[in-house]
Amino acid sequence: MATASVAHHDAAHHDHHEHEHHDNFITKYIFTQDHKMIGKQFLVTGIFWALIGGFLSILFRLQLGFPDMNLEFLRPLLGGWIDEGGKLDPTFYLALVTMHGTIMVFFVLTAGLSGTFSNFLIPLQIGARDMASGFMNMLSYWFFFLSSVVMFISLFIKTGPAGGGWVVYPPLSALEQAIPGSGLGMTLWLVAMTFFIASSLLGGINYITTVINLRTKGMSFSRLPLTIWAFFLTAVIGLLSFPVLFAAALLLVFDRSFGTSFYLSDIYVAGEALPNTGGSPVLFQHLFWFLGHPEVYIVLLPALGITSEVIATNSRKPIFGYKAMIISMLGITILSFIVWAHHMFVSGMNPFLGSIFMFLTLIIAVPSAVKVFNYLTTLWRGNLIFTPGMLFSIGLVSFFISGGLTGIFLGNSAIDIQLHDTYFVVAHFHLVMGSASFFGLLAGVYHWFPKMFGRMMDARLGYIHFWLTFVGVYLVFFPMHYIGIAGFPRRYYSWTNFEFSNMYTDLNMFVSVAAIVTFSAQFIFLFNFFYSMYRGRKATQNPWRSTTLEWTTPIEPGHGNWPGEIPTVYRWPYDYSKPGAAEDFIPQTVPLSQTPESNLPHEQEQVKLELEIMKEEEEVLVANESKH
Amino acid sequence: MYGFLIGVGVLLLLSIIWMVYRIQTLVSVVKGSDKKIVTGSNKINAILFVLFLLGFGFLMFWYSIKEFGNYQLPIASEHGVVTDKLFWVTMAVTGVVFLITHVLLFVFPYKYQYREDRKASFYPDNNKLEVIWTAVPGVVLAVLVITGWMAWSDITAPAPEKAHVVEIMGYQFAWEVRYPGKDNVLGDYDYRLITASNSHGVDFTDKNALDDFPSPKVVIPKGEPVLFKIRARDVLHSVFAPHMRLKMDAVPGMPTRFWFVPTKTTAEMRIELNDPEFEYEIACTEICGRGHFSMKKVIEVVEPEAYQKWLAEQKSFIQQNPALAENLPAEMKELAEIQLSESKK
Repeated sequence: MATASVAHHDAAHHDHHEHEHHDNFITKYIFTQDHKMIGKQFLVTGIFWALIGGFLSILFRLQLGFPDMNLEFLRPLLGGWIDEGGKLDPTFYLALVTMHGTIMVFFVLTAGLSGTFSNFLIPLQIGARDMASGFMNMLSYWFFFLSSVVMFISLFIKTGPAGGGWVVYPPLSALEQAIPGSGLGMTLWLVAMTFFIASSLLGGINYITTVINLRTKGMSFSRLPLTIWAFFLTAVIGLLSFPVLFAAALLLVFDRSFGTSFYLSDIYVAGEALPNTGGSPVLFQHLFWFLGHPEVYIVLLPALGITSEVIATNSRKPIFGYKAMIISMLGITILSFIVWAHHMFVSGMNPFLGSIFMFLTLIIAVPSAVKVFNYLTTLWRGNLIFTPGMLFSIGLVSFFISGGLTGIFLGNSAIDIQLHDTYFVVAHFHLVMGSASFFGLLAGVYHWFPKMFGRMMDARLGYIHFWLTFVGVYLVFFPMHYIGIAGFPRRYYSWTNFEFSNMYTDLNMFVSVAAIVTFSAQFIFLFNFFYSMYRGRKATQNPWRSTTLEWTTPIEPGHGNWPGEIPTVYRWPYDYSKPGAAEDFIPQTVPLSQTPESNLPHEQEQVKLELEIMKEEEEVLVANESKH
Repeated sequence: MYGFLIGVGVLLLLSIIWMVYRIQTLVSVVKGSDKKIVTGSNKINAILFVLFLLGFGFLMFWYSIKEFGNYQLPIASEHGVVTDKLFWVTMAVTGVVFLITHVLLFVFPYKYQYREDRKASFYPDNNKLEVIWTAVPGVVLAVLVITGWMAWSDITAPAPEKAHVVEIMGYQFAWEVRYPGKDNVLGDYDYRLITASNSHGVDFTDKNALDDFPSPKVVIPKGEPVLFKIRARDVLHSVFAPHMRLKMDAVPGMPTRFWFVPTKTTAEMRIELNDPEFEYEIACTEICGRGHFSMKKVIEVVEPEAYQKWLAEQKSFIQQNPALAENLPAEMKELAEIQLSESKK
């Protein structure tokens, strides 16, 4: 039965292409307007950036873990950034941490995650032929590409890339005299981020429009998979917060190049008193974190959405508390805009503001806690299948708990006095934002790879990849809590100048080794990804026996996704293991009227309504046919 | 030569891994296990979760207990006792949640691993549960927040009037310290007055500045309130005194402050830690450029009497460098000269 329907789809698929247009290489793979190909473009670019970002972290972990090591062997790559003694240049060290942060937050976990899966999944899961505007979607990728090129070039210039931290706080980022990276490197950073913001906005407008307008018949908001809810809310957050980053960056450009004083005041640098007065560096911090904090949820929500989907599918159980999940995501969305100043408790802003933001910040922990409990209850009494996607999802929940709990320390301004800008913060956000989102990304790739490329990734390599990465991530970031409680500051080239931090060389070495092993383990994934793309086992139409719409398309859907009519949706996306049903899943396209054996009482009542609607439609269809 | 051998070795290793990979793929195709819903790997993964829980749980407890004395820095300020208590209370609360959720998260996979003869239970929602686990974290967090807020309000309240004032100015890449002198009022400053001989930019036309004096280290009395007035000359810095549990950004153009009461003298701490070299330190915790990791200043906490004695011994800017008073208006110059002559007596 299944094979027959696949064959039918395939035939239809060919027909469809025959009298549609023929794509050539450029329109199919480069300037494509097909959301699926654009998603894949984002994914491959994201993977490229993840490798660079990861590699940069290995470079500075070498310095931190093995401060006496001779890095002469890196000279062919880093040139003058290795000094005569074979040591890493301290300025370049700062550039490394800055670029690592920028790349990972924006290029990998925003574009690589949201860009990939929002593009790929939204039309497939809501039942649309493509995004609302394919052209804008294409622009979105190419702005991102342009941004990538500019940022990539900045890595190689003589004065080095931006080096003032990924938060680019002025005056450091505004004054070339203060750090060489604030010259051309920072200019390129700002140009790249401008293109990036444009790309994000184009993408976000498209995601929102598509979700609101292009849902297929029957796909009400209360029947949307949680992935779509997550992508939708993420896009809303991005749309409201990225323009603020743009404003902040624009004012910074003015200060850097046109002599204004938005952020600069009373500065004496390099033997010279600057004319700027009246500006406030704290203003920049407010503007930056107005994006910067929602950004955390921009990278996290899609990962949580993907996890909800993967955990429900592989637990063979409906996600527990579908409505509670949506409400908590809505809560997070709204609250994410009013907690930004918890990054600034000791910035010198009014302590009363600190009190307000402490209350607001700890409120946001509540919806996050609800999500965790709902995940746990979804696993409870499930029938768990450990696909690689499922493993990474469980890993995500673990990181989300570990990193989320340390947020309760940092959100408390009294405790934050000591912990602010120490390795405790580094441990916190690498777990809750970095690793959790990264695992969401990997879970998504393993889970939807069959839909993307029509083939399966090798599960065993996936298992090995998961266990090495999962254990590795904990070995890298868990010890950082101890270092942080001991007061080790962030962005330090070396800790031996201070007596209080002149210890834990063993622990830092351990962290660096763990980081190198974890990074190396990613090559297993890379091999699996590219090998499976061409030589992987052929996928079946619905390999995970999932309920959502994307698995009703042909194995390799063409542009337009469904060869015939777009399917109609009759139920929510989580009818797994429904009592009375023969199979342990019922796709969204199966009408309630066909499953009287498993309908719940309130669904039985809807059957009548459903039949009426179907009858009406039939009549319309017949009427249309007769007109022809 | 070594490089070549290593290259060959890596190549061999990779090809062996490749062979193993191909063989296991082919075997799984022959066995038809790729058509099953789950393979034996499902059980292995389930077991690994439990092993991970046990192994990592053990490591965490062992290391946390073994290293406690190392990572828990001794506290040397009054508010530090409060914030550390908050820290450990929060640790206890989150620790319990951490353990419970992780035990569930890793035991469920073992307990509910796939079995063909079982069906997952259809359990889509339960509003009562949702309300409970919204309300309970809400209440717990409220308690934590309110205690935190009370501590925060105390710490950030205005400093007592009798607090000893010390100005700390950050610049690339060091700190400079200025004391207000006998009047306990710092003189005005202006960044445009900064020169090689006046690195603070002190405005000596302000008579409060005449008795201001610099110091190579921060000297403060034990048991009395101390107010750090913090500023920066070029880019952002942040004053971090880990033993004092003190941190505040230094912002160019916007002076900041932090007051506290030190509770242990340097000498007492040396005895407590059995480390005759011990010094309280200030480090920078806001990225500020190449030398960010080397902005060290020593704090010396002394008994109040010793502090008064030390204060009396210090020489003001003007005394150290009379040239600073040269370009002052006539009446200010007179004041400065009186001061100079007083010190000569």
